[in-house]
Amino acid sequence: MPSELNLNADSDASPDRFRKIGRDPKRAERIARKSLSAWQDIRYRLFANKLALFGMYLMVAVVLFAIFAPLFSHYNYFSNDLDRTNQAPGFRHWFGTDDLGRDMYVRTWKGAQISLFVGVVAALIDLAIGIVYGGIMGYFGGKTDEIMNRIAEVLYAIPYLLVVILLLVVMPPSLTTIIVAMSITGWINMAWIVRGQIMQLKNEEYALASRALGAGPFRILFRHLIPNAMGPILVTLTLTVPGAMFTEAFLSFLGLGVQSPIASWGTMINDGVKAMTVYPWRLLFPALLLSLTMFAFNVFGDGLRDAFDPKLKK
Amino acid sequence: MKTLLDVKDLSVSFGVYGGEVQAVRGISFAVTEGEAVAIVGESGSGKSVTAQAIMRLLAVPPGKIRGGSITFAGQDLLALPEKEMQKVRGRQIGMIFQDPMTSLNPTMTVGAQIMEGLVRHRRMSRAAAKKRAIELLATVGIPHAESRISQYPHHFSGGMRQRAMIAIALACSPALLIADEPTTALDVTIQAQILRLMKELQRQTRSSIILITHDLGIVADLCDRVIVMYAGQIVETGTKREIFRNPQHPYTKGLLRSLPRLNQAKDEPLVPIYGTPPDLIMPPPGCPFCSRCEEAMQICETDVPAFTRLSETQSVRCWLQHPQARPEECGGKGASA
Amino acid sequence: MIRYVLNKFIFMLISLFALVTATFVLMNAVPGSPLREEKATTAQIQKNMEAYYGLDKPLVQQYGVYLEKLAHFDLGISMKQRFRSVNQTIAQSFGYSLRLGIVSMITSVLAGCALGIIAAMRHRKLLDNLAMILAVAGLAVPSMVMAPLLQYLFAVKIRAFPVTGLHGPLDYVLPAIALSSVSIAFIARLIRSTMIEVLSADFIKTAKAKGLPGHLIVWRHALRNSMLPVVTYLGYLTANVITGSVIIEQIFAIPGMGKFFVQCVIDRDYPLIMGTTIFYAILLLASRFLADIAYLFVDPRIRISAGRMGG
Repeated sequence: MPSELNLNADSDASPDRFRKIGRDPKRAERIARKSLSAWQDIRYRLFANKLALFGMYLMVAVVLFAIFAPLFSHYNYFSNDLDRTNQAPGFRHWFGTDDLGRDMYVRTWKGAQISLFVGVVAALIDLAIGIVYGGIMGYFGGKTDEIMNRIAEVLYAIPYLLVVILLLVVMPPSLTTIIVAMSITGWINMAWIVRGQIMQLKNEEYALASRALGAGPFRILFRHLIPNAMGPILVTLTLTVPGAMFTEAFLSFLGLGVQSPIASWGTMINDGVKAMTVYPWRLLFPALLLSLTMFAFNVFGDGLRDAFDPKLKK
Repeated sequence: MKTLLDVKDLSVSFGVYGGEVQAVRGISFAVTEGEAVAIVGESGSGKSVTAQAIMRLLAVPPGKIRGGSITFAGQDLLALPEKEMQKVRGRQIGMIFQDPMTSLNPTMTVGAQIMEGLVRHRRMSRAAAKKRAIELLATVGIPHAESRISQYPHHFSGGMRQRAMIAIALACSPALLIADEPTTALDVTIQAQILRLMKELQRQTRSSIILITHDLGIVADLCDRVIVMYAGQIVETGTKREIFRNPQHPYTKGLLRSLPRLNQAKDEPLVPIYGTPPDLIMPPPGCPFCSRCEEAMQICETDVPAFTRLSETQSVRCWLQHPQARPEECGGKGASA
Repeated sequence: MIRYVLNKFIFMLISLFALVTATFVLMNAVPGSPLREEKATTAQIQKNMEAYYGLDKPLVQQYGVYLEKLAHFDLGISMKQRFRSVNQTIAQSFGYSLRLGIVSMITSVLAGCALGIIAAMRHRKLLDNLAMILAVAGLAVPSMVMAPLLQYLFAVKIRAFPVTGLHGPLDYVLPAIALSSVSIAFIARLIRSTMIEVLSADFIKTAKAKGLPGHLIVWRHALRNSMLPVVTYLGYLTANVITGSVIIEQIFAIPGMGKFFVQCVIDRDYPLIMGTTIFYAILLLASRFLADIAYLFVDPRIRISAGRMGG
C-alpha cells in the first residue's frame, strides 16, 4: 500500500489555481538544463583531467625549449672544445659537456628538435595515408574494402622494426630515410581507425542526405565524414608521436639514425651509457627528456581519448 | 496475507557531471507473499533503478540511495552488510534481466552458470547441482536439457537464453522474483511464451513477482496489481482491474490510450502521449507530468499533488482529485469563478 | 574452427613470403657488390668469391636458389665472420636471447595482469591511480633508458646485481625487468580497461544477482573475458621483447642474438642481416599464429573480428 498522505486542501488553494492551462511543451523546455556543445563538452572533460593537463603543459614546454633554447645559448651543438670535455653541470654548461666538450644543454634541446620533428612528421604522414586509404576502405566497402584490408593486414603482419632496419641498412642514413622507413607500415593503424569510423558514419542521415543531393563520394567523405571522425583520429595521431619518437631514438641508439655531429637523444643515450659510471649526467639529461616527452604525449593522448569517449571514464 | 517486501519512501540519485539525477523520488509500495505486481512506466521513469536498489545492484558511485528503507522478510536490506546481502541475492530474491543476449557469460557453459547459485547457496555437490540444473532447464522448457547444459550461450537462441536466465533466477527457489523487462528484447511470439512460462512457474512455486515493464499490454496476463511510475514517482496504483477499467491519472489514461485493443473501433485512433519526460537533474516543482498533461491546471505547475485514496487498493497522485478541481464540470477556463 | 586456423596459417605464410622477397630485393638493391669493399683481393679471388656466394648468376636465379635454401632452413653464409654459416651463428647466440626472452615474457604477463586487475578492482581509488601512473610512466620510459638506469642504480651504485653478463640466475633480474617494463605497463592498462568494461557488462550483474561474492565474480566471470585482448597481445609481446633485446643485450653485454644482430648491421654483413631478419620474422609470425590459436581456447565463440588489435 502506498503510504497515505493528506490531501492538502488547505486555505491557500484558491479556485483560481485550479484554472485549466492544458498541455504546453514549452513549460518543459524552460526548465531544461543549459546544454553544452560537443566541443565545449570535450574541452571541459579534458581540462578536468589534471594528468592530461599536466601532459599538455609539458608538451608545450618541451616544444618551446626545443625551438628557443638553442637560439638563446652562447654555444652551438657541434663545436668541440677539447679543453672542457666531460664537464659536470654548472653555471657555464647547465647540463655539462660531452667527451668532445660540446655543450649538453644545447645538444639535448637540439635532440628534442630532431625527436619532435620525426615524431610529428611521421604522425602526419601516417595521418595523410591513413585517412585516404582508410576512408576509401570504409566508404566504398565491399570488395574494395576486402582487398585493401587484406593488403593492409599482410603489411601489418610484417614486423615493423625489421622493415625499418632493413631499409636503413640499404639507404643512406638520414632523417628522411628514417621517416620514410617508419611510414611504410606506420599508417595502417590509422587507416583502420578511419575505416571503422567511416563505416559507422556513412549511414548517418546527413551523409545519406548529401548523397541524395548528388554530392560525389569524395566530397561526402572529406566534407562530411572525416570531420565527424576527428575525435578518434586526433587521439591516434597524438599517440603515434611517442611511438615514432621511440623508433627514432632506437635507431639512433643502434647507430642507424642521424649521424654525428647532429644531436639525437638516441645517440646521446648510447654515448651516455658508455660513460655512465664516470659521467652520469651525460646519460641523465637525454634519457630524462626522452622519457618526459613520451610521458607527456601518452598522458595527453589518453586524456584526449577519455574526453572524446566519456563512457570509458564511468 | 503477509507482507514480503516493503519499500518506504525510497529515493535514489545518480551523480553526473552537471548535477545529480534524481532517478527515484520517494516511492513507497509493498508486495505480499505470492502476489504478482507490475511496475509500469516509460524508460527513465525509475522503475529499473528501483529494482536494482532492492537487489542492491546499483553501482555506488555514481548511484546513491538518498533515503528510505527496503524491508524484505523482516530484514532491512539497506542496512545489511554486503556479505549478508549476498545470501539474499539469488537465494531469497532472484532477478531476470532485459537482454538475454548479454546477460549470460559468453565464456561459461549454461550449466555452469545455473549451478553456481546452487553450489553457493544450497551447498550442493557439483554432481547434485548438475542434476538439479538439468531439471531446471527442463522445467523452463528447454528440450534435450542433458546435452544443452554443456553448451555455451552462443549456441542458444534469444528465447532459450531467457529461459536459461529464468532457470538461473529460480535455481534456489527464491521467495521473490524480480523480472526487469524480461520480454522487451524478444520477438513478440516468444514474449508470450516467456510470460506464460513465468506465470506457470509462479503458480507452481507460489513466489512473488515484481514485473518491470514499459508495456501495459503484457501486464494483464501475469499480474494482480499495477504500479504506474512517472519521472521517479508513483503516480497511480491499483489492482489490474482498477487500472484497466478505471484509470484516474492522466498519464495512466494516456498509456492505455496508446495501447492497441482488439475491441477498438476502426476509426478510433491510437493516441500518443505528446512531449518528453522532465529532466530529473532539476525536476519541476509541481507535478512532473504537468507539461504533457491535457488537463493540467495552474496548481499542477507549482505544487506536487498528494495521493488520493480511491478504494481499498487504488490511489492516485493528481490534483484533478481535489474537490475544487472538477474538470468535467468546469469545462472552459475560469468557469468556476 | 579448422577454417579459422587454416586462414591464419595461410596468412602467416603470405606475410613471411612478402618479407622474404622484400629482404631479398632490398639486399640486392644495394649499389655495387657487397664484396667489393673488401680490401686486398685480386680480380680472380673476387670472381671466385662471387661464384661461392652465387653472385655471378642472374638475380632471378639467385632468388630461386635463395628460396630453395630457405625451404631447407639454410639461411646462407656470413661474409665477414670467416665463412661461418648463418645457422651456426644463430644457434650459438639464440639460447641466451631465448632464456632472457621467456623470463621477461612471463614477468610481463604476471606483473601486468596483477597490476591491471588490482587497478580495475579499485577503480577510481588511490591504488588504481597509483598503478596507472606507474603504468604510464612504464610506457614512457623506453628500454634504452630503463636498462642503463637500472644498471646504474642497482649494479653500479648499490652493487646488488652484476653489471653485465648472463650466467647465474641473479644476472637475469635487471635485464628481465628492463626488457619487460614497457610490456608490463601495456598489459596492465589493457587488462584494466577491458576489465572495467567487462565488470559493467550485463552478465556480471547476473552473477551478482546470483549472490556470488566479489572475488568469485572477478575470478570466474570477469577475468577470463578480460584475458581475451591479452592473448591477442601475446604475439606482439614477442615483437616487443625482440626489439627490446636488441638494446638490452647491447647494454648488459649479453652475447645473444640481439647484440649479434646489431653487430652485423654495423658490419653491413648482408647475408647475416638477411638471415637474422628472416629468423626474427619467422619467430614473430609463429608466435602471432600461436596467439591466434590460443584465442580459440579462451573464447568459445572465436570472435575473429576481435583478433585484430592495435599493437
